[in-house]
Amino acid sequence: MADNTTDQGAVHPSEAEDIAREPLVLNNRSMGWITDRICGIVENRQPFIWWVLFLPAVALSGCLAFTLFYLVSTGVGVWGNNQPVAWGWAIVNFVFWIGIGHAGTLISAILFLTRQKWRTSVNRASEAMTLFAVMCAGIYPAFHVGRFWMVWFLAPVPNANAIWQNFKSPLLWDVFAVSTYFTISIVFWYIGLIPDLATLRDRARKWLPKFLYGFFALGWRGGNRQWRHYEMAYLLLAALSTPLVLSVHSVVSFDFATSVIPGWHTTIFPPYFVAGAVFGGFAMVLTLMLPVRKLYGLEDMITAKHIDNMAKIILLTGTIVGYAYIMELFIAYYGGNKFESDAFFLRIVSGPYTWAYYCMFFCNVIAPQIFWFRWSRHNLWVVFVVANLVNAGMWFERFVIIPTSISRDFLPGQWGYYSPTWVEKLMFAGTFGLFIMLFLLFLRFLPVIAASEVKGVLPEADPHYPDWQKLREKRREKAAASA
Amino acid sequence: MNESSDSDKPLFGYVAEFSSASDLYHAAEKVRDAGFRKWDVHTPYPVHGMDHAMGLGKSWLSAIVLAGGTSGALFAVFLQFFTQVNLYPTVVQDKPTNLFTFPAFFPVTFELTILLAGFASLFGMLAMIALPQWHHPLFNSPLFLKFSDDGFILVIEARDPRFREEETRSFLAEIGAKEIESVTW
Repeated sequence: MADNTTDQGAVHPSEAEDIAREPLVLNNRSMGWITDRICGIVENRQPFIWWVLFLPAVALSGCLAFTLFYLVSTGVGVWGNNQPVAWGWAIVNFVFWIGIGHAGTLISAILFLTRQKWRTSVNRASEAMTLFAVMCAGIYPAFHVGRFWMVWFLAPVPNANAIWQNFKSPLLWDVFAVSTYFTISIVFWYIGLIPDLATLRDRARKWLPKFLYGFFALGWRGGNRQWRHYEMAYLLLAALSTPLVLSVHSVVSFDFATSVIPGWHTTIFPPYFVAGAVFGGFAMVLTLMLPVRKLYGLEDMITAKHIDNMAKIILLTGTIVGYAYIMELFIAYYGGNKFESDAFFLRIVSGPYTWAYYCMFFCNVIAPQIFWFRWSRHNLWVVFVVANLVNAGMWFERFVIIPTSISRDFLPGQWGYYSPTWVEKLMFAGTFGLFIMLFLLFLRFLPVIAASEVKGVLPEADPHYPDWQKLREKRREKAAASA
Repeated sequence: MNESSDSDKPLFGYVAEFSSASDLYHAAEKVRDAGFRKWDVHTPYPVHGMDHAMGLGKSWLSAIVLAGGTSGALFAVFLQFFTQVNLYPTVVQDKPTNLFTFPAFFPVTFELTILLAGFASLFGMLAMIALPQWHHPLFNSPLFLKFSDDGFILVIEARDPRFREEETRSFLAEIGAKEIESVTW
């Protein structure tokens, strides 16, 4: 039974001029070139700037270790949070970091299910970013419990007091959501890595890399009898991760939304938090990938089209977030609840943190609007600056939500002002150090782009299209004509 | 044609390289039609439609994942009801300590469903593709190792009942193999 999927008479979609899409890999690169370029990053010496970034990042991670040691040995009183603002920077930073992770899962899972093939060039690095961001996030609640050595009380195991966890509490839901998210993200990332680890194994010359890459590649042989189960596993994990990523930030928002504090107790929180997380996460992906693509010469794989697409997602999610901000204000007015409208009045007009609200609003809602214009999405400096404004804006969003809502309690006698101590500031800087250090180590030791997936989007990868050389010739002529 | 074999070791099979995904695809159809059983194609990325060309069906990993997810859900329901209703009922937030507290148990049930389904997809996949297996005769073949770069490789094993040392080699050449290598155990 011959398979006649190649219709010799018809024009293949890739050849037709009027409906041809921009190629995902530029300059007619071959599979061998892709392997060499991606594996070369790991096999060659790192550029000087890698060390310039790595050493301060290690030093900052040391600061993180020091502040955590100081916190545990002295007590949580070294942080600035107290009554009434019991949740300070620790929870702000937790939500900030966990939100950043969401873009990685969105790229790896949701864009996979929707068959957005451009994801192949950026999914590996974004998933790595997810893992490192969730690690940074996890530090905060673990130490926020006060007695770090008792953090295992969060796990549903029998303890000496015969007390069981309260499964009705959003804080326990959070424990399950975040730990599941981290575990599944690692599984997904690792499954994606297996074929590329096999490539590194087969190219390694020294015994130690060969042993280590070989060990983690598990003896991958790339047979179709393996690929078919592998592809099913990847598809199923994408299908599992899609609701998972939506659930994680929804559960994080339940920490606030299920309480009865004006400014937190709103039903818009879950979708608003998820959109914000995707928004902030894509900004962080761009912040990391723009320098990486330049530094390692990956412009042919992470093309202007990729950056353009990500900028559009930032515009979309930023606008959703802006809608949520306005809707919150409208409901505070329209709901007729005195405490609710006061909370928002204090947030935007006369409260102690109005400056933070306007920082947030500018960075998250106004700044991304520039992406309506095509030139701005193709100017890397504009994209980089807006992405960093969004990074800052999303941090301010969490700051606006958390301390402003609880700094004004129901009675004026319980009002307070919160500002962080040097320990909190150094710790936040330290998590950036940890994040950057882990990302640089990832660049050094693992393939930053999923080579096996990028090879699959080349014209010659399609077995039903034997004339791919004609297409390559056409593209070459076109490039020569335009040059 | 290269020979990477010591002649006293038994033959594992033939490794044949093809020049493109499309050549490999059509070669796979011919190998399938010739009735071979112990053979495989090795490619740098999953080739679209190759399951059909090889005559393979759907992967039933999904059944394992369904079982994993179901056990996760059941475990979560058991864990929460047993601890919250039987062992240690706590009255908080005015929520009941009986069956009607179920809405509060949804998030953890959902997360554990995903967690166990995710583990099932990883370990189920590894079981179905028989990995980890760090040593394999094919790793002795330099031609085979091109699969992880840009090679399109077809392997027919000697233990296939239809395998004949001379005939199979000429069969591979006939269906378009660019280069053929024999691999020993």
